[in-house]
Amino acid sequence: MSNADPTPEASYRVTRYTTAARLNHLVTAGSLVLLAVSGMALFHPSLFFLTGLFGGGAMAREIHPWIGVVLFFGFFGLFFRFWRANLPERGDGEWLRNGGAVLGGHEEKLTEIGRYNAGQKLVFWSMSLLIVVLIVSGLTIWDEYFAAWTSIPTKRIAVLVHAVAAIVAICVWIIHLYAAIWVRGTMDAMTKGSVTGGWAWRHHRRWLRETIGGKSAG
Amino acid sequence: MALTSADLIRRSASSVPPPAAKLPEVAKLIDVSKCIGCKACQSACIEWNDLKPTVGENVGSYQNPHDLSPDTWTLMRFTEWDNPKSGDLEWLIRKDGCMHCSDPGCLKACPAPGAIVQYSNGIVDFVHENCIGCGYCVKGCPFDIPRISKVDEKAYKCTLCSDRVSNGQGPACAKACPTQAIVFGTKEEMKKHADKRIADLKSRGFAEAGLYDPAGVGGTHVMYVLHHADRPEIYAGLPKNPAISAVVELWKGATKYAGLAVVGLAAAAGFVHHIVNGANRVTREDEANAAKLKEKA
Ligand code: HEM
Ligand code: SF4
Repeated sequence: MSNADPTPEASYRVTRYTTAARLNHLVTAGSLVLLAVSGMALFHPSLFFLTGLFGGGAMAREIHPWIGVVLFFGFFGLFFRFWRANLPERGDGEWLRNGGAVLGGHEEKLTEIGRYNAGQKLVFWSMSLLIVVLIVSGLTIWDEYFAAWTSIPTKRIAVLVHAVAAIVAICVWIIHLYAAIWVRGTMDAMTKGSVTGGWAWRHHRRWLRETIGGKSAG
Repeated sequence: MALTSADLIRRSASSVPPPAAKLPEVAKLIDVSKCIGCKACQSACIEWNDLKPTVGENVGSYQNPHDLSPDTWTLMRFTEWDNPKSGDLEWLIRKDGCMHCSDPGCLKACPAPGAIVQYSNGIVDFVHENCIGCGYCVKGCPFDIPRISKVDEKAYKCTLCSDRVSNGQGPACAKACPTQAIVFGTKEEMKKHADKRIADLKSRGFAEAGLYDPAGVGGTHVMYVLHHADRPEIYAGLPKNPAISAVVELWKGATKYAGLAVVGLAAAAGFVHHIVNGANRVTREDEANAAKLKEKA
């Protein structure tokens, strides 16, 4: 971070996501945010006013699980696009052990990173798990259609699990969003589908080598 | 005098100022040993509250309809019980419905401000214009009472005829009961009345006769005189030690505070990190190195 120039001109751009992948991400991210807002409105009385964004309490209650259905299909798509690239590999342990250096902005001290670093992989796998938990517990408490499917004691556990999983998922989402803001140039991957050569060199050097060496982007 | 917001002692998902003057606590006392199962109370409830349950099906039991519903707020539950001591077959009849708990699980679970209220006289009422139909009250109630309507997606249950009580009348069911198995008055009076009934039952050989006013929910404003008070569960599953489920307490207690705190901390951590470390920017060298790499490739 030595030079002063905040945004050096891009040497060239590297494709990181296809348009289909970006749209898929947009739908998933949008539904996750709407779910978090409508869900938190019911989670705590101090946030109940948020139901106003959905046309009142009854509407927020009604619409939330349906957005959950959209999230399910959206995430399903993302999962099958990206799971392979998120499989654990050698350098992940080193990355995690050097969390301090990463957070300090000194990735250059670590082994070159492929398409995703261990932090991104953790976000991917924890979201996958949490969304499955949210869907299963969410269906269990979707009384408008499935009230007869489970007993009241089961629903009590499901609503607690749903609330806790939602809180954890929202925290993971905050980390995911913050990382994209902190590491400048990352948003381009979603807004433009490509990143600058310098960004790739700095954060995902092994991926850059592989990409310009001829391998295609996902 | 009508019940007003000045008489509230609890309001779901919100708080109320403590009432200036408290009303005397009321109670409905149901003496199962006097009940003849005529269902006059069930009819009176439908009549007064203008409910229109659909005609049911006979499945070989007097119990009809088979369960409480959004338009059946009270239901006679019939049980045939083999008394192991006497060898007698006893026909147990219990009038089921909301117990108007002092510590209502429905109200604790409710996320909608003002959809469930508790008056200082002990009545727990559902306020339908504030109800959002989430079904959390169903999960909160230890007695399996609230039912969600398929017509308007709102929760319904016995009101203890709050509209009649606030005008100095007893509930419709008590009014209709031909044997005075259902009586209504202040909770004090009802406990005294129950004592007399229990003494009478004991003198006639029901050694375990007693009052059902479970402490686990802080006592109730619908109480039973049971001839077998040592085993309430034989009366169509009346819970022995009802209390708000520990899972519900955890969900509505620690989880709420910890949840908000954790989300707040995560967001705050981001802010602090950004202030301390600044943005992680791509440098000119990075771009130059990337360009060199491309030339070589
Ligand atoms: C994926 C499918 C999902 C389904 C089927 C679902 C379903 C439900 C249902 C039925 C409720 C009860 C209120 C209502 O009826 O609207 C609820 C509450 C809630 N949901 Fe979801 N949900 C899903 C996903 C999510 C996600 C992804 C989040 C957060 C990121 C979330 C956060 C919440 C929260 C915070 C509550 C309130 C819990 C409480 O009151 O303590 N849900 N959900
Ligand atoms: S019996 Fe159930 S519905 Fe009635 S006050 Fe108690 S918790 Fe609420």
